[in-house]
Amino acid sequence: MSAGATGKGASHDRASWLDVPRAWLSHHWACAVASIRHLLHTAFTSAMTWLVIGIALALPVSMLIALDNAHRFSSRLDSPVQLSLFLDPEQTLAAAWQLQQTLEEREDVASTRLVTKEEALREFQELSGFDDILLHLEENPLPHLIVVSPADPRMSAGAAANWQSELQALPGAGRAILDMEWVQRLNSLIRLSERLVAAVGLLLTLGALLVVGNTIRLAIENRRQEIVVIKLVGGSNAFVRRPFLYTGVAYGLGGALVAWLVIAATLWQLEEPLRSLAQDYQSEFTLLGLGWKGGLSLLMAGAVLGLSGSWLSVSRHLSRIQPR
Amino acid sequence: MIRFERVSKRYTQGHTVLDEISFTVDSGELVFLTGRSGAGKTTLLKLIILLERASRGQIQVNGQNLTGLPLRKIPRLRRNIGVVFQDHQLLFDRSIFDNVALPLRIAGCSRRELGKRTRAALDKVGLLSRERDMPITLSGGEQQRVGIARAMVNKPNLLLADEPTGNLDPELSAEIMSLLEQFSQAGTTVLVASHDLALISRMRHRIMTLRDGRMLTASGEY
Repeated sequence: MSAGATGKGASHDRASWLDVPRAWLSHHWACAVASIRHLLHTAFTSAMTWLVIGIALALPVSMLIALDNAHRFSSRLDSPVQLSLFLDPEQTLAAAWQLQQTLEEREDVASTRLVTKEEALREFQELSGFDDILLHLEENPLPHLIVVSPADPRMSAGAAANWQSELQALPGAGRAILDMEWVQRLNSLIRLSERLVAAVGLLLTLGALLVVGNTIRLAIENRRQEIVVIKLVGGSNAFVRRPFLYTGVAYGLGGALVAWLVIAATLWQLEEPLRSLAQDYQSEFTLLGLGWKGGLSLLMAGAVLGLSGSWLSVSRHLSRIQPR
Repeated sequence: MIRFERVSKRYTQGHTVLDEISFTVDSGELVFLTGRSGAGKTTLLKLIILLERASRGQIQVNGQNLTGLPLRKIPRLRRNIGVVFQDHQLLFDRSIFDNVALPLRIAGCSRRELGKRTRAALDKVGLLSRERDMPITLSGGEQQRVGIARAMVNKPNLLLADEPTGNLDPELSAEIMSLLEQFSQAGTTVLVASHDLALISRMRHRIMTLRDGRMLTASGEY
C-alpha cells in the first residue's frame, strides 16, 4: 500500500467512463507490486512461510508421483491369480475329474490343471528329499489337487476371496488356497497408499492453509492502524482486503515454487540409482516426474491455496477492525 | 446539507448520550458545535459518518437518509465527507504526501490527477515543501494541517472537524480555524466540534450548544 500506484498514468485529465476500471486495475497492480515488495522487505519471515508451505505441498505431491510410478510399474507385470483347490482326501480320481469338469464349465474360470495325488507325492519326493520317510507311509496322505486360473486375472483381493469361498463350497472340494501373487499385493498396497496419501495430503494442505491464514492474520494486526484510517476515509472492504489477498497469493505461489524445486531435486537425486537398479532387472523403467503441466498445476494449486487461506483470515479478522 | 430530527443515541447500558436532537445545517454554512467534554459532540459527529448508528430519529446527510443505510454503502458516504480528527489519525509509516493522497487512491484517482490534487491540498495548508517528509517530523499543529489537507483533498462538500484545535496553543488554533473558514467560504459545508468557546465566539458563525446530550441552542446567530 505504501508503494505508489505503479500503473501508467492516465493520458488525459478529464474523468471518463474508463477511469473506474483503470483505477481498479491500477489498484490491483499496486497491491500486487506492494505485496511482493512487502515479502522481500520481510525476506526472512517470508522465506520461512514459503518453506513451510513448500514442504507441506511437496510431501503429498511427491507421494502422488511415487504412486503414479508404482502404478506404471505394476501395470507392466503379469499378475496371475491362481487358486489351488485341494479335494477331500477320500475323493477318488474319478471325482476329481468330475470336479475339474465342473470347474471348466464355469464362466469365471479360464483353465484348470489336475495334479493327482500320485503325481503330487512323486513331486514332493523329488523336491523335499524325504524319500525314506515317505516310503514308510502306508498310504499316500496327499489329496488330489486342481490348479485353477480365473477368467479375470486382475481381480481385486475382495473378488478373489469371494471366488475362493465359492469354489471351496463345491461338492468334493476341500480347502482352496489363493496364490495372491506379490503384484496383487502391490496393487492392494498401492490402493491403500492412495487413501493414505489423500488423507495426509488433505491434512498437510489444511496445515498450509492455516499457515497462510495465520501469517495474514499477523499482517492484518500489524496494519491495524492503516485499516482503521482507510475505513475512516471511505475505503471499501474490497479495497482493504485486496493487498492481503495478494500477499496470500504470493505466499501460496512461493510455497508451490519451493515444493516444485524440492520435488525436482529429489527426483534428480533418485534418477541415477533407480536407472542402475532397473538395468539390473533388465527393465527399461524410468522415473516420471511432475513435468511442466504438473508443475504449473502445482503453482496454480499453491496460488489457490494462498488465496483461500488469506480469504479465510481476512473475512474473519478484517470485519473486527472498525474505526471508533 | 445535514438534518437531524429527534435523534437519540442510547447505549445498551441505558446511558443516553444524545437525547432528541434536532437541527439543520444548510449547504455552505459554517457551524460550531460546542459543549463540555462528554456532552455528546463527538458522538453527534460519529452519527454523521456512521461510526455510530442513532438509536432513534432520522438523520439526513446530503439528501441521503442514514437510517438503515446498508453497511456496503457506508464507504461511499464517507468518501463524500471530509473528516478532521482530534488525534489526526495519520499513518506514520508513510510520507506526508502519501497520507494526504490516501482518499484519492481509495477513490481510484488517476496518477496524474492524484499528484496534482494532493499537492494543491498540501499547498493550501502550507506544507507543500514537506511532502516527502514523514508525519513524525511535524509539530502538532502541522500534523493537524496534514489531517485537514487529507480531509479536503477529495473536494468533499461536507467537512467535519472534531476538536481540531484540541492540543494547540491559541495562535495555532486561530490559524486552523481560519483555514476551516476558508473552506467554508469556498462553498464547503463545515461543522466543527470545539469546546474552545473563547475562540469560536470571536468567529461570528452559528454556534450550537450541547449539554448533557440535549441541544440548548440550535439556531440563531452566535
